[in-house]
Amino acid sequence: MSGEALFGLVGAAVIGIGLFGLVTNADALRKLLAFNVLSSGVFLFFGVVARRGAAAGLGGDPVPQALVITAIVVAFAATAMAIALLTRLFDRTGSATLGDSSTDEGGDA
Amino acid sequence: MTVVLDALTVAAVVIGALFFMAGTVGLLRFPDALTRLHALTKVDNLGLGFIVAGLLLQTGELLVALKLAGVWLFVQLSAGIVAQLVAQAIVQSRRRS
Amino acid sequence: MMSFTFDTAAALLIVAMGGWIVIVPDVTRAVIGFIVYGLMLTIVWVRLSAVDVALTEAAIGGGLTGMLLINAAGRLRSARPVLRTDAPVRFIAALLCAAVSVSLAAVIFMLPSPAPSLAPLAVENLQQTGLGNPVAAVLFAYRALDTLLEKVVLLLALLSVWSLATVGFWPGLPGLRPPALAGSTLDFLARHLPPYGIIFGVYMCWNGASEPGGAFQGGTVIAAMWLLVMIAGMRRVPSIDEAWLRRSLVAGPAIFVVIGFAGMMVAGSFLAYPPDHAKLLIVVIEVALTLSIAAVLGLLAAGPPVPESRP
Repeated sequence: MSGEALFGLVGAAVIGIGLFGLVTNADALRKLLAFNVLSSGVFLFFGVVARRGAAAGLGGDPVPQALVITAIVVAFAATAMAIALLTRLFDRTGSATLGDSSTDEGGDA
Repeated sequence: MTVVLDALTVAAVVIGALFFMAGTVGLLRFPDALTRLHALTKVDNLGLGFIVAGLLLQTGELLVALKLAGVWLFVQLSAGIVAQLVAQAIVQSRRRS
Repeated sequence: MMSFTFDTAAALLIVAMGGWIVIVPDVTRAVIGFIVYGLMLTIVWVRLSAVDVALTEAAIGGGLTGMLLINAAGRLRSARPVLRTDAPVRFIAALLCAAVSVSLAAVIFMLPSPAPSLAPLAVENLQQTGLGNPVAAVLFAYRALDTLLEKVVLLLALLSVWSLATVGFWPGLPGLRPPALAGSTLDFLARHLPPYGIIFGVYMCWNGASEPGGAFQGGTVIAAMWLLVMIAGMRRVPSIDEAWLRRSLVAGPAIFVVIGFAGMMVAGSFLAYPPDHAKLLIVVIEVALTLSIAAVLGLLAAGPPVPESRP
């Protein structure tokens, strides 16, 4: 198995882990962390596709790499917005979750 | 000549890696936050210094060598100061509790 | 062979850290684990021959996102505790997520080979743009519209963050206050690091035309220096309606759009560059963009305006 296939598997595993965290954590900050982990898995996928497209003397296809750079910046903007919303929610209601997590509804978000 | 340089590089990098491993052991085994901080800071600086020294032997250009030395200096500056700030925070939180 | 050992070790570590982040009960630990995870990813990006992406991941993914998350974890520490999801729900979720992972893993092995690639096209036209870094060429010449829209997205996010200001306190100061234990060590760092940091940022942006680097990476380093200076209390946090602040935020995208429309008149379509002046225009765009990116990222990390009395 080549190096990039290995990292592709890492990306797939991390996407599953991030998705699991996003769905089963009720605390919004942990959902945000899981969302970031999920995004990083998707970026790894792009990175693997870019590496496989190495040609013309380059180490990787530059177009997916540029897409990943853009995506990292946009993910940061989304995280910043989410954290601002979260801290406002906390200031107003004293809880850091969405919806009511004190009943048996489980994964309600 | 290159064989000697390569051997020295490998030796230096291995010593640096051993220092980092020692720091990790300290992180895991030391009893409280301040002692762990002490272990990590000392070891990070020294380990990185050895690794940079090993890599210096591999480059022929002055500019690259200066950049590597610059990396080590900046890591020392910021890591040292961050360690002091973390230690201050630990001491203050202990004083409060 | 040795690099494969390293790849395997890094891969296992990354998956283990990802799982740990999602499972560990204490949020602060999860955040610190996330920062370490980001740094491990940086090394993986270098192994995938994507050095520009590695720089961006280290600066934005590890550095700025980590700062935001640590701040949030500290502020939310006294939030009401949350019950865990029920075991059956977790089990089913785990099964479904594992199914997603497995199918994606299968896709990895079904990718077409030989792999289709735009690299030859990118390199072929590189000379016309005058750049040496193909990723920079993609960002600022071939897909310049994406970069412009990305910049606009950053500004929109900043507006959304500002819109969360406390009612009655608009315009105000973003809630970045010097910490209670600000002492001489933080002052020392804030005095001595920023000059070099700014030089690094400018160097990364300038060099990004021919080597890995670019406006985003350089702008992030400059934003980090600005944040350091504000946190140490050496410069007061600017009020969000200050003219110089708003002008520097808008300068990047504005110049980008103006050059785009000029391209419509001179070279035939929006954001087309006339061939002899392509490099000059791209450099102008990158410089303006670095300034704007530094301002936007710094303000996004500083947060919404809060009343003065907040500790």
